[in-house]
Amino acid sequence: MDSQSLTKKDLLGLDELDREEIELILDTARSLREILYRPIKKVPTLRGKTVVNMFFEPSTRTQSSFDLAAKRLSADTVSVSTRGSAVQKGESLLDTLLNIDAMKADAFVIRHWASGAPHFLARYTKAAVINAGDGTHEHPTQALLDILTMQDRFGSIEGLDVLIVGDILHSRVARSNIFGLKKLGAKVTLSGPPTLLPEYFQDLGADISYDVDEAVKDKDVIMALRIQKERLEEAYFPSIREYRKFFGITIERLRKAKENAVIMHPGPVNWGVELDFDLLQERESLILNQVTNGVAVRMAVLYLFIKGEKES
Amino acid sequence: MSKILFKNCKVVDTSNEKIVKSDVLIEDGVILDALPSIDLKDVEIIDCNGNFLIPGLVDMHAHLREPGDEYKEDIRTGTMAAIHGGYVALVSMPNTNPPCDNRSVVEYILRRSKEEGNADVFPCGTITKRRQGEELAELADMAEGGAIAFSDDGSWVQSSGVMRRALEYSKFFGGIIISHPEDRTLTVRGVANESPFTIKLGLRGMPEEAETIAIFRDIELARLTKGRLHIAHVSSKGNIELIKLAKASGLNVTAEVTPHHLIFDEESLSNYDPVYKVNPPLRTRDDRHALLEALKDGVIDIIATDHAPHADFEKMDEFNSAPFGMIWLDLAFVVLYNELVVSGGMDLVRLTKVMSTRPAELLKLEGLGAIEKGYKASFFAFNPEAEITINREFIKSRAFNTPLYNSSMRGKVEWTVKDGKIYRF
Repeated sequence: MDSQSLTKKDLLGLDELDREEIELILDTARSLREILYRPIKKVPTLRGKTVVNMFFEPSTRTQSSFDLAAKRLSADTVSVSTRGSAVQKGESLLDTLLNIDAMKADAFVIRHWASGAPHFLARYTKAAVINAGDGTHEHPTQALLDILTMQDRFGSIEGLDVLIVGDILHSRVARSNIFGLKKLGAKVTLSGPPTLLPEYFQDLGADISYDVDEAVKDKDVIMALRIQKERLEEAYFPSIREYRKFFGITIERLRKAKENAVIMHPGPVNWGVELDFDLLQERESLILNQVTNGVAVRMAVLYLFIKGEKES
Repeated sequence: MSKILFKNCKVVDTSNEKIVKSDVLIEDGVILDALPSIDLKDVEIIDCNGNFLIPGLVDMHAHLREPGDEYKEDIRTGTMAAIHGGYVALVSMPNTNPPCDNRSVVEYILRRSKEEGNADVFPCGTITKRRQGEELAELADMAEGGAIAFSDDGSWVQSSGVMRRALEYSKFFGGIIISHPEDRTLTVRGVANESPFTIKLGLRGMPEEAETIAIFRDIELARLTKGRLHIAHVSSKGNIELIKLAKASGLNVTAEVTPHHLIFDEESLSNYDPVYKVNPPLRTRDDRHALLEALKDGVIDIIATDHAPHADFEKMDEFNSAPFGMIWLDLAFVVLYNELVVSGGMDLVRLTKVMSTRPAELLKLEGLGAIEKGYKASFFAFNPEAEITINREFIKSRAFNTPLYNSSMRGKVEWTVKDGKIYRF
């Protein structure tokens, strides 16, 4: 195993990692991924370590992915979700953490609906805090698995032309991808209705285009984001139909991208809204590759951030 | 009460705008004389040791939480924090539980402050019943019972029609209508300024335009009604021009700024520490500088603290869920002396005027705001050299939600005199 390690206690976001740290996680993920293809999918690396999954928002992919990643490395896992826990009885977020911390956990994987919740909890525990998505802020492991998937497909991120389309304003996936991709040398363009894509995003180093037909041209990667139906209630756009018409990725639009362009999506997909289903007939989608890489990236993150002696 | 002579003071003389070495003689809670030298025998003498003697401060915006939320603060602890910080009078905001929306609550607050209060409390009533923005509360009856101003603080009166009536109706008894300017349709679930900085943090924005729109409307209603409008906690640069224009056209409009909008900005939010979560939100560095200039040149009339105590467990939460506000009464003067006088280019006389003289004028409080013959014996001794550490022992408020917790600084209120009663610290 790589002898390098990270100096930070927590993985809170890609904004605070530098290029070398991101590359270390990706390299580690690539070497650990092989375990997933063995007949016996388990190594003793984190034996005796405890990983606590605290999910304060529903999640299928991310939660099961972290859980599997921990188990592949022989860590013990326990899950706290909002349903059936003290959180429902009105226990505060901090009390919940401190109580579980007192049971001696090595890492907390935290998904929370509020931006900054993992940062808050990280101040109160010596264990590693891994951000599994905080509000509309960051989702670092999602961006890492996206980037790993792009590397698999294109070899290098340097110079890659990536388009992210959708509700950028509320997207933690978009923010983490912007931070990560820019650090690795990609060109990032954002598109979506102006209500969901404030011009301020230029300050993060991304280009902005409100014309998707124009924006898809010459792109290597087209990443669509899930459109939350709740956004309709707050008048961000008038209808799903109109969203698809102007911002959905359709076959016609896809044909304007590079010939070998790929489709990505963090899931779950609203087919017929942000992505048309028939795209899959014509172009390569990396959506399921993303899911597999998710487990590998999370194994790498747990391995690198859980401190102390590890069996190898 | 017998006579007390304060010797060897550096009196902040707000009328002549200078600092003068002087002795001050008081009796029965009133200043008998303030002269370069007073020599009397058979009186109690208190040596000021060359410290500044400053007119007692007046806070036009404080949350004392009583009745209803006494676990955060009550009249006794809040008014003791005030005295500890040099304040002798404050206006208590009406977003209590029940809200101060009728005379019986006004009278309750006055009775409790008579029983247990330290600094004087002047209740602010709500503008509308239950603070809901729909029906006018009994403003004149509350005024007769002792309410000094009216505000739906925490929420703006969203209906222009209701606000118009409030400004118009309150003229017959001379009420002050305080606006908490925030068009809430623009700040739904917002927790921070809307800017490139907070977009990056993923915090839901409250654009400054929510404030601008509200201030503009209320100024126009003041124009329509010739009513008396005071604008609470102005937080951004764009609004200063509106207030300047309103004043230039002769409207009876005044405005306040909080200590936190003068010394902190949104960059403090990078670690998601809810101690910096306030409403209106901390804005940009540029806004902060503009507010300080507006305070120096008088466009903004006063500093009001918006002292907002919350229990530790409430602030020890993630940023979105934690309540808005920070405490100030114990600290405002010392901190502002350091930030504005020592390093901010404002002189001590000006700071005294915006924290004492001018708020006393706005509230028409007799005998406050100056250390002169005939004024109340309400002032405090400020030692700019003494060191303080802001910890649990230091803070007299029941709450500790301040970013300055566990820090040290120079400057100490050595003692405060209120109506002749001396509180030593």
